[in-house]
Amino acid sequence: MSAVTNAPARPAAAKRGSMGMLRQLLPFLGILAAALILPAVSNDYWTLIATRAAIYWVLVSGLNLVVGFAGQLAIGWVAMLTLGAYTTSVLVLGNVTTPFPAFVALAIASAVGAVFGFIVGLPALRLRTFYFAMTTLGFATIVTQIALAWQDVTGGGIGVPGPVLPAPFDTIIGFYLFCLGVAVFCTWITANVAHSRFGRSLVAIRDADVAAESAGISKPLLLGSVFLFAGACAGFAGGLFATLQSYISPEAFTFELSVMFFISILIGGRGSILGPLIATIVLTWLPEFAAPLVVWSTFLYAALLLLIVLAVPGGIASLLDFRSRRKIEADRTIIPRPELLPEILGDRTTPGAITLKNVVLSFGGVRAIDGLDLAIEPGQVHGLIGPNGSGKTTTLNVICGFYRPEAGSVTLGTKPLAVGAPHTRAAEGIARTFQTPRLIGEASVLQNVMVGGAIRGQGSFVESLLSLPRHRRDEAMLRHDAMLALNIVGLGGLAEVRADRLQHSELRFLEIARALMLRPRFLLLDEPAAGLSVEEIRCLGLLIRAISRQGTGVLLVEHHADLIFDICDHVTVLNLGRELAAGTPAEIRVHSEVVSAYLGS
Amino acid sequence: MLPAILLSGLAVGAVYALIGVTYNVMFSASRVMSFTAGQLGMLGGVLGAAFIGVLGLPSIVGFVLTLAGCALVGVATEIIAVRPVLKSLEQHLYVLSTLALALLIQQFTAINWSTEPQPFPTLLGFRDGGVGDEKFWLPIAACAATVVGLELLYRRTLIGRAFLAIAEDNFAARALGLPERNLRMASYALAGVIGGLAGFASGQLLLAFFANGAMLNFYGFVPVALGGLGNNRGAIISGLGLGVFQQAANFTVGGVFASVAVFSVFIIVLLVAPQGLFGAPAQRRV
Repeated sequence: MSAVTNAPARPAAAKRGSMGMLRQLLPFLGILAAALILPAVSNDYWTLIATRAAIYWVLVSGLNLVVGFAGQLAIGWVAMLTLGAYTTSVLVLGNVTTPFPAFVALAIASAVGAVFGFIVGLPALRLRTFYFAMTTLGFATIVTQIALAWQDVTGGGIGVPGPVLPAPFDTIIGFYLFCLGVAVFCTWITANVAHSRFGRSLVAIRDADVAAESAGISKPLLLGSVFLFAGACAGFAGGLFATLQSYISPEAFTFELSVMFFISILIGGRGSILGPLIATIVLTWLPEFAAPLVVWSTFLYAALLLLIVLAVPGGIASLLDFRSRRKIEADRTIIPRPELLPEILGDRTTPGAITLKNVVLSFGGVRAIDGLDLAIEPGQVHGLIGPNGSGKTTTLNVICGFYRPEAGSVTLGTKPLAVGAPHTRAAEGIARTFQTPRLIGEASVLQNVMVGGAIRGQGSFVESLLSLPRHRRDEAMLRHDAMLALNIVGLGGLAEVRADRLQHSELRFLEIARALMLRPRFLLLDEPAAGLSVEEIRCLGLLIRAISRQGTGVLLVEHHADLIFDICDHVTVLNLGRELAAGTPAEIRVHSEVVSAYLGS
Repeated sequence: MLPAILLSGLAVGAVYALIGVTYNVMFSASRVMSFTAGQLGMLGGVLGAAFIGVLGLPSIVGFVLTLAGCALVGVATEIIAVRPVLKSLEQHLYVLSTLALALLIQQFTAINWSTEPQPFPTLLGFRDGGVGDEKFWLPIAACAATVVGLELLYRRTLIGRAFLAIAEDNFAARALGLPERNLRMASYALAGVIGGLAGFASGQLLLAFFANGAMLNFYGFVPVALGGLGNNRGAIISGLGLGVFQQAANFTVGGVFASVAVFSVFIIVLLVAPQGLFGAPAQRRV
């Protein structure tokens, strides 16, 4: 009946992994081979076009992490190219300082790009999509205006000569191979980030930011790193661009160019590297295809963008994603394997209970929580029931730090939990699920689970960029634990399937698997049984019970009275933000007020 | 000196304010910030110059045709770039679809009109270059007329009240039986008229130039950001203030630093008060 239950045997998985790796690499190797053959089979003109494409890709590969992965609409990134180009040219020319060697100037341009990328990116932490798009656009306008006006340095409208790289990179072919090398390097490092916990966290911020925060992902730190990186790539690309142009003026850095970078990523497809790479090559090459197209190129890009947005929101990458069109078995059963739990939840220390004391929170005039006391003990299942609007989810959100209580305290053991700081909960070992599952639809089931363990990684962003040993150890550990968590909740067979192809009940179990990645000391479940079949609820009950027996304190917000009475050690009944009753299931079942207000006789 | 700065500042500010209102009218009807707002302003100038200057139509006919053309572009925006993405769960798609449409409009104008700024014909005959020059007074008059017109529309007419209802609570308005889609199209037509009016009235000040669209997109958005989304009063006040501030900075420290100053103020205000100076913060949904 089901192919889902058993974990695949190790060697088979490893073999499939390397095969999959090869299949993923193949298109990139094909493009590289074509790029290497190109100068031999065509003329200098086409080599220059290819050089241009390589330089654009150096910028786009970095920007791809900002736009395609983190979902930040940075439409004015040409500003970083401008800064890099002018920095390199001016430093090499030596009209301000003593002349610098070209490679030193390139490095400095990269640093300048990184700094400004960071500065321009910062508002993204506070501003919504359109606002952020506008700030990057405004910044791009201003950089051009400054380049025009600061004549002593930039030469104003006349411009400055670009740098020349030392031999052997001073010939057309030498420079092309250098740019190609840089482009390959950029592809490699961005791919490393994309397949690291950082890449997955970026996508989580884009598609499920609340879940990302609960998993302990720090948005400022992560976005800050990515903006630095994308700025550095663009700054370096700027230096190469100035070399290619051999003479730069503000006119070279039009908004149209910026739009082309941005559109390449969207046409390529968000969250992909191959797609934007193909799109960058095509968009660079397209105007050369026929002379009249040069004038119409931006018009064409815009038309393509409109077409993509309206017709193929996934871009080229979704067209190339054959795997997600493969059928998955329709008749699936979730069979959890709680006996595996000790492997992931074993040997942790428990710090005492989560205690709420006299918590008050109101929205406008409504008192959502009105003086609530609650204690979630390790190793116990604590049920929280009550009619709609009685403050169950609000209580959960107070514990998770999303809401600030007006009065009262929330403590873990003896330590107060920081208010209004949801991203700190993961480090305390508090994990949660959501009433409506918050998952990354475009990512695989396995990747979704790995997001949950993001803060358990040891390696830094730079280590991931270069795929150093600690990064590889992190990946192996996260992959192993995620597979384990999936087998525990009974979704092991669906690991490689895109999450948006799952059934609703499977998403609920998937969220639990993601929460398990934190090796939680406390697990807060928000209506996990909603939409589940009777059999699935039974499995869920066994699973929750088994999790609590490993020492994890569980808070269960539920409407299914049967589930609550079956598995809870302690039940609190809320009404209008206040405790109506509390006690063991047996006591609650016969509590006259509860029966009349909520359960019905 | 001071009156000249003030006058030119108010004139430019009136254009920014009107583009801000254009953004707001579209936003109120659909919760969409559209990149076409600035392009409508650009089209107002280009179409006006084309109808009156090139084709030699009488001013009033050219004026009416310009507004009609812009209204049409507004409706087209709704049909092409807004309606298809409203259903989508992806909140940011509208940024891309309206950006694409705005670029299409801009590039089409650049290719078929001119990539150089073109002169805009004199309408009333007051062209002395001084304080009496119509190029300053036309945008200010247009702004005043729009303020009065919108006030009358929203307070005195049924359709105006329906606009307000949609802006206030889309679902409740639909539950009341208001034809949401038609009202949205009407709003976009209205936004087109306001944007076109801004461009037409400022034709002599900013010239008929395809790149004005991108410029107005940014400078028209600043008042919206400062005044708070959907807040027309905030947009008008901020727009006029922005114009005066920019012109004063222009005269005192020079053009580039004026732009830098505007950008810095914009960023600082946004970071300190993301909901704008006149807006209220929104509760976050978890």
